[in-house]
This record gives sequence, structure tokens and C-alpha cells, in this order.
Amino acid sequence: MNFDFSDEQKQMRDAARKFLTEKCPPKAVREVLDGKAPYDKELWKGLAEMGFLGVAIPEQFGGAGAGHLELCVIAEEMGRANAPVPFSSTVYLAAEALLLAGSDAQKQKWLPKIASGEAIGTLALFEGKGNPSPKAIKLQASGGTLNGVKRPVPDGAIADFAVVAARTGSTGRDSDISLFLVDLKAGGVEAKPLTNIDPTRGQAEFTFTKAKAEPLGAADDGWSILTQVLDRAAVLLAFEQVGGSDRALEMGRDYALDRIAFGRPIGSFQAVKHMLADMYVSATLARSNCYYGAWALSTNASELPEAAAAARISATQAFQHCSKNNIQVHGGMGFTWEFDCHMYYRRANASALTLGSLSYWEDQLIDRMRKKNAA
Amino acid sequence: MNFDDTPQEAAFRAEARAWIRANAPKQYEEELRKSSLGRTVLKGANILEVAKAWQKKKAEAGWACLHWPKEYGGRGASPIERVIWQQEEGPFGKLSGMFIIGHGMCGPTMMAYAGEEQKRKYLPPLASGEKIWCQLFSEPAGGSDVAGLRTRAERKGDDWIINGQKIWTSGAHYSDYGILLTRTDPNVPKHKGLTMFFLDMKSPGVEVRPIKQASGQSDFNEVYFTDVKIPDSQRLGAVNDGWNVSLTTLMNERMSIGAGVATGFPELFEFCNSLVLEDGPAIEDRSVRSRLANYAVKASGLRYTSMRAISALSKGERPGPENSIGKLVAGSMVQEVAMYALDLQGAAGVLSGPEDAEVAGKFQAMLLRAPGTRVEGGTDEIMRNIIAERVLGLPGDIRVDKDVPFNQIPTKGRT
Repeated sequence: MNFDFSDEQKQMRDAARKFLTEKCPPKAVREVLDGKAPYDKELWKGLAEMGFLGVAIPEQFGGAGAGHLELCVIAEEMGRANAPVPFSSTVYLAAEALLLAGSDAQKQKWLPKIASGEAIGTLALFEGKGNPSPKAIKLQASGGTLNGVKRPVPDGAIADFAVVAARTGSTGRDSDISLFLVDLKAGGVEAKPLTNIDPTRGQAEFTFTKAKAEPLGAADDGWSILTQVLDRAAVLLAFEQVGGSDRALEMGRDYALDRIAFGRPIGSFQAVKHMLADMYVSATLARSNCYYGAWALSTNASELPEAAAAARISATQAFQHCSKNNIQVHGGMGFTWEFDCHMYYRRANASALTLGSLSYWEDQLIDRMRKKNAA
Repeated sequence: MNFDDTPQEAAFRAEARAWIRANAPKQYEEELRKSSLGRTVLKGANILEVAKAWQKKKAEAGWACLHWPKEYGGRGASPIERVIWQQEEGPFGKLSGMFIIGHGMCGPTMMAYAGEEQKRKYLPPLASGEKIWCQLFSEPAGGSDVAGLRTRAERKGDDWIINGQKIWTSGAHYSDYGILLTRTDPNVPKHKGLTMFFLDMKSPGVEVRPIKQASGQSDFNEVYFTDVKIPDSQRLGAVNDGWNVSLTTLMNERMSIGAGVATGFPELFEFCNSLVLEDGPAIEDRSVRSRLANYAVKASGLRYTSMRAISALSKGERPGPENSIGKLVAGSMVQEVAMYALDLQGAAGVLSGPEDAEVAGKFQAMLLRAPGTRVEGGTDEIMRNIIAERVLGLPGDIRVDKDVPFNQIPTKGRT
């Protein structure tokens, strides 16, 4: 058995880390954090050149055709670097939806542009507060056009196209929901940037007014596709969260070694040591859950729904835990804008919500475990 | 990434499985499967006898102490083969409980420090379960601070005379031998005046008194030494080098990777799946689901952390430090799980009698045993120190007694 990444995959992780250390230092993240740019365009271009954007996209659609394990190791590095680019919305959501449900023509149109960095994609699912639910989708599709409002849409203000969940029936069943593909530059969609807790990953509101849309996947099959897309994205985002957890833990550890108070490094006080040990524990649990998610994702195993929910919950908890206690270890300095701690705290808490919050995934996990148990 | 055995591993697994199927005491399988923390009982049988018989059978067929060399009663198996064996042994592995300290700690210490003749004499009966060993380290004045121990060993000709008291000695009441850490020089700092021995627990002057635990059971003992004579030939390592010898022992106190650690989660999940509350099935209650999900990801996180270690073994590598989290996470989790299972039972959760309590009082037994798991084999606090210092590289605590001769360390009146 080999419940680990291969040497080649680990080399790819090292390459991604090296690239991001160089091209995405905290200074670059701050350009976006401070509102000087909506995202790091240079970095996005570089990621495309490295082949990272299309790593899991088949070669026939312009990607590297490597696979999802490779994408997992890159995701981890994106999280570690807190990269201010629309990676998760484009790669985990839009590309995965296309790979799962797109027609050949749709894949041919968008996937090569994703891989080359020319197109940013996103998923427009939510309509105000609440977690993923077919009942919450009111946006209407009729006659090939969409009308309604979506919010928050991750990276919506910079996206070129969107996968949109819309209502096509009123039976009260999941089959009332269908997915559509919308070219955001073709008119009919107004994107308004919204202020959010993590400016390094924008959020927007979309207003659709007779926006032209083409069906993505079979009509009435939208909710089932969406569930699969969210599971796949959950594993990938969990790797980002694990990367972020590790980085926050390292920052805390390094500061505890460096900072002297009461005549000794604060890392020699048990109150601080134990806090850091507990951060290591949650980061480790999350990483192990993520590995299982990666295996399930890469093999398309029937365990994927359960594995994805477990990875999502565990990684969300770990990143929130590590990022908040990293600030605590830093004391007052951790609460300054100048120190980088808050970037991870912001990202941890935004990531915790973006695919549906913890309570949603907890509910999903138990549902899925019950199903397996009953089977 | 895959969970497949290599061809060699698969062959080993098939052989182990076939042998277990043909030889295991299947009449106890169901009871063993159901037993959980705080309750491993076999109705109408003496578990010690059942365990010894199973261990003997394994030894005769070459399935005991797989990782030990053959000449000492083992199989000379690789670490991954040991893990596969544990996976296949399944519930019957719970019968190994009373051998864990001997096989996991005393045996390796003997292997590292005893003479060849002694190894050939003492190790095979230890492997076969014929003789049980205990570890005599902790004392009333030396728990987490084990180097603060006060049991004296004084040289007299070719012998050493032992006086003092040990505590928390698992299984001393049924042990035949023990390894014993003593103080041989109180005039030097505490780590520098210790010496290790092994001894016959039937030696004159050894008195074992069971401790009645807070749970009502007695798994541990106090052991008193009054002028106990140990020949110098039973010394392990150099005089005053006992601390280093004890590190060998403690390094072998590693989690049994293949068997996994008990978290209480499978029991809780099963319980919630059948429990009906006032408003319907517990498993459909929002707050129950949330709690369950949180326990579920801890349990799965530990399971997959072990698998990562097993993978490393399978590749012939040393597992990383990840496994150090197991005991810390599982210890407090089992306690929380037990409390929550009782909470779900409402007022009736107080009942613990097997006839009156839900699931035969399983969670009540778990609750009462759980505090011990957070203390034994390294407290939660010591485990956090180990992670902080050995994994994260943080500095050790400042030790005010480090360079002080042992007999000048303040004792608050204790002698």
C-alpha cells in the first residue's frame, strides 16, 4: 500500500513551493490585500506557464493531463502562499464542472483558456445567506436566458464565465435545478464587487437580466452535478486549507523561538508550547483526512462523498484553529496590519464559508455515513 | 496512492489470515469485538488463561512477537508484516493486552542490554506468554518526572539491596519478572544517579498491593521493596547509566500502529443510529449530527494518520512524527464521547448496571475508565511537551533541579 504521494508528485509540490516562494511573497499578497489590484495578474500568468492551472485538465483540452493528485499538491502550495489569484473558483469549481458535465464543444471552448490563463471562471450558486440547497435557488431560467441575482460569487468581478445554478421547475424536488454556462462578457450580467473579510479573494454580486445561457449537463440534473462539483472542490480547497494551516503553525513556531519575554523565548513556556502542539495535532488530523480525500478524488471512488466531507470539516477546523492561535502566539504584533498573521486568519475564515459552512458539511458527512452504514 | 498490498505483503496476509482462521479462539470473538475501553471481560472464562493459551499457540506456530529475532522467540518479520498481522488478528489482538509492556518495552530493553545467555533464557518465555513482565519506573514522587524516583539500590558484594516503593505498575499482580529503575547515587544530579535492573517478582521482600482505581477496577499496583536482593549480573547497562537505558524502554513504548487507538467513535455512532429521542431518531437531530461529525473527523484523521505510518513501513522507511498525536487525541476524545453518550440518555444516563443501562453500561464504563487514559503512559501535558519539543523543535522547559545533586532538591518534607 502507498497512502502517500509519489516521488514525482512530491517533486511537483517542491517545484510549486519554489515558484510560489519566489513569485508570491507576502509583499505580493499585500498588493491585492491593500486593494491595489483585484488579483495578481503576473502570478496568474506564471501559474499558467508552469502548467499549474491545467494540471488536471486532459491534454486534448490544452491541459497537462496529469491528474487530481497533482492538483492536490499544487492546491496545498497555493494555500501555503495565500496566493491572491482566482485559483479555487476557476480550477476547483468551473473547470471541475466542465469536466464533469460539459459537452465536448463547451470543454473545447473553455478548458484550454483556463489552462492558458486566458479565462477566469467561477460558480454562481448562492443567493444571499444560507448553505447549498435546491430550495434556496430562485434565479429563473427560461428560453435560454437567466434572470435573477447571485451573491456572493467568488472572484465574480474578475471572471470571464460562470457556471450558474438556476431553477427550471417547481416540483419541490432536486430535479428543479439545472446548470447553465454563461459568458459574462456577452452582456446581460452585471457584476458588482462586494467587500468581504478576505480581500485577497474577491466576492461579487451578479445581476442577470435576460442573460444568454447554455445548459451545462442534462436539464434537471443540475443539483446532482453540483453536489459532485462541491465534493471535488471540497477536497481541493481542503488541501489549500492544510497548506495554510501548516504555514500558520510555522509562523507561530518561529515567532515563539524568536521572541524573548520574561528572560526566555516564549516558546519555552508550556502555555505557548501546548497551544502550538495542539495546532500541530489539528493540522495533522486534517492532512490525513485530506490524503484520503485525495485518494477518493483521484480514483473517483464511491467513498468520495464521505471522504470529501471529512476532509472539508477537518481542514476547515485546522486552518481556523492554526490561524487564530498564530495571532495569539504573536500577541499584540499579531494584531497589526503589518504582520502577516491576519492574512491567514482572513483566508481561513473565508475558506470556511465559501463552499457552504461547517454546519452544512457536518450534516452532509453524517448523511453519507448513514447511507454507507445502511448499505 | 493506493491501498493495495505488494505481492509479498499479500502472501503474508493470506498466510496469517488462514492460520488465524484455523486457530483463533473463535468462541470469544463476539465478546472481544464488543468489548471497549473499561470493559474487556469474557463470561465464564478467565481472560488471563485465555490470553496465555492464545499467545502460546501463536508462539508455537511462529506468530508471537513477530518483529523479534527468531532466536529470542520471534519471527524476524518486517515492521509492515507486524502491522498486517495486527490487522488480521483483529479482535483477538485484545487478548494481548497483558503482554504489551513485556513485549513492547521490557523485551527490547533486555535485547539491548542483557547478556546473550540471559536473552536466550528469558526472552522466549516472554514471547510465548508463559512469563509476564512488568515495568517498575513510576513512583509516588516520580510520575511525569520519573527521574525524580527515590527507590534506592545499594551495592553489597555481588548483589544490590533494593528499598523503596513503585506505583502504577500495570499487571504487577500477575507478573513473573520486572525491569526496575533505581537510584544508586543521590549525590549527583537526578538523571546521573540511576541504574536499571531486572528481577524476579517472586524475590523475597517484594510486596504487590493492587490499587483500587477511581473506576473501581484494579489494573495497577503499588510495589514495595524491602531489602530485596538482586545479583549484579541482572544489572542492565552501566551503573548510574539507567536514564539512558530507560530511554530505550520508553522509545519502544510506541503506539501499536496496526491495531489503532480506541476513540469510542464507532460505539457512539452505532448508539446514535439506534437511539430514539423524544423528537425522533437521535441521528436526525441537528445538534447530535454536528457533534458526531466532529468526532468522526477526529477518528478518521487518526485512522488515516496510522495508514500514513504504515505506508512508510511498507516502503521500508521510518514513519514520521505524526503518530505522536494518537494517544493525546484519542485519550480525551474517549472521555468526551462517553460523556456525550450519557448526555443523550438524559437522567437515565446515571445508571450503570449492565441490565439497567443503555448498551449494557458500555459508555458508563468508558466514562469511569477514561480519566486514566489521559494520564497513563505519559499525561496529555507530557505528550504536548513531546510534540512541542521533538516535532516542532521548541525549547525544553527551564529545569531548576537539573544540575542540583539529587539529595539537595527540595522535597517539601518527603524523604
